[in-house]
Amino acid sequence: MRPGIAGRLFALLALGWATVGAAETLSGYAYLTPEMQELQDDEFGNPGQLTVDQGHTLFAAAGARRQSCSSCHGDGGSDLDSKRIASYPLYDPDHDRPLTLRGQVLQCWAERLGNPPLAYADERALQLETFVRSRARGETVAVEIDENLQPFYDAGEKLYRTRWGQVDIACHQCHDYHAGGTFRGQVLSQGQSNGFPAYRFTTGHTVGLQERITECLTSLRAEPYPAGSEEYLSLEVYMGVRSNGLKIETPAIRY
Amino acid sequence: MDDFSMKTVKGYAHRLLRLFVVVSLAAAPLDLYAAAVGSSDAADTSYYDWQVQDYEIREPLGGLVGVPERGARIASDQHAGNCYACHVLPLAADEFYGNLGPPLAGIASRQSVGMIRLHVVDQTRFNPETVMPGYYRRFEQLNRVAEKFRGRTYLTAQQVEDVVAWLATLHAEPTP
Repeated sequence: MRPGIAGRLFALLALGWATVGAAETLSGYAYLTPEMQELQDDEFGNPGQLTVDQGHTLFAAAGARRQSCSSCHGDGGSDLDSKRIASYPLYDPDHDRPLTLRGQVLQCWAERLGNPPLAYADERALQLETFVRSRARGETVAVEIDENLQPFYDAGEKLYRTRWGQVDIACHQCHDYHAGGTFRGQVLSQGQSNGFPAYRFTTGHTVGLQERITECLTSLRAEPYPAGSEEYLSLEVYMGVRSNGLKIETPAIRY
Repeated sequence: MDDFSMKTVKGYAHRLLRLFVVVSLAAAPLDLYAAAVGSSDAADTSYYDWQVQDYEIREPLGGLVGVPERGARIASDQHAGNCYACHVLPLAADEFYGNLGPPLAGIASRQSVGMIRLHVVDQTRFNPETVMPGYYRRFEQLNRVAEKFRGRTYLTAQQVEDVVAWLATLHAEPTP
């Protein structure tokens, strides 16, 4: 029996759905093996938990003014607003640039607690960011772009689509066209940022999003940008919006 | 410059010359070794320009002659061509590592040698959005190359010709 008009229409709709389905936003979690997913979900076995604990210690440690992060945000960050955490990067009007969660932690550390400022790439900054972000585990990423952030979003999108290095590949060509494909024995993800800071299985370290981008650029034999640079902040804005709707998984496990 | 320091300079120059002679003699067997195992890393790294006609680069880069056996090794060496990362190769030791690109068995029956050469040199000529690395793209096309890789191509011209020569041997098995 040949398919009638309805059958053909249905087939066409199914095809359309499959095409749209391919563009569905998926967390890097979806591309992990079941064993790796189990490891991420295991609160005690997850190796990224070490960085969370280190951040927790710093969070509770008194600063130069005899105050700690806990003085304002509660013991263990009990008063932190997970919805707000999920909305970073925000716009920082004082410096006219995006404010990432790490940037916020660094500001509090120096300005509120009166501590000597930490470098953006400082290990302690990463630990604090990891701890704070882990308090919002399960919250839905919701980065909003206003007219102030728009230019940074646009710059970030442009960078995401720019080829880099001697290898001459952009983020976009791997993570937009080939997510789900196999490369060097590993499954490529969509390059979503919801799990970061994340524990990288291949290096055995917890890394923030910017450190992860630096690792990508280095493997492309490109000159990375400095931590906290406008280029990386813009990429974080663009990638944050790309991950809207996904759940925060920090500390996630990634390859 | 006083007499003493002139002597010192001459002494250094002499020692440097002696060192150079010793090093060159010591390196000579290494060159022979490299030639024997077919490593072309030490070979000349100058950039040979290329022209495209109808999706083909018809002339070998720099007029170099490729050696298929060497090309097979370069293709499967993760520190050289690393073609395995994305392609299934028809080699005995092949394991599945990647599928971003098509399997390369029988490629010589589907494409001319000139086309294969253009794929290896610069795949953006076929597909501007390709994920295939630039093995021999022109320097002016590249962006933010790390300092230690600047002015160098991913593969040397000889390595490109070796890989092309190997791919050109991969004819499809006749169907019975």
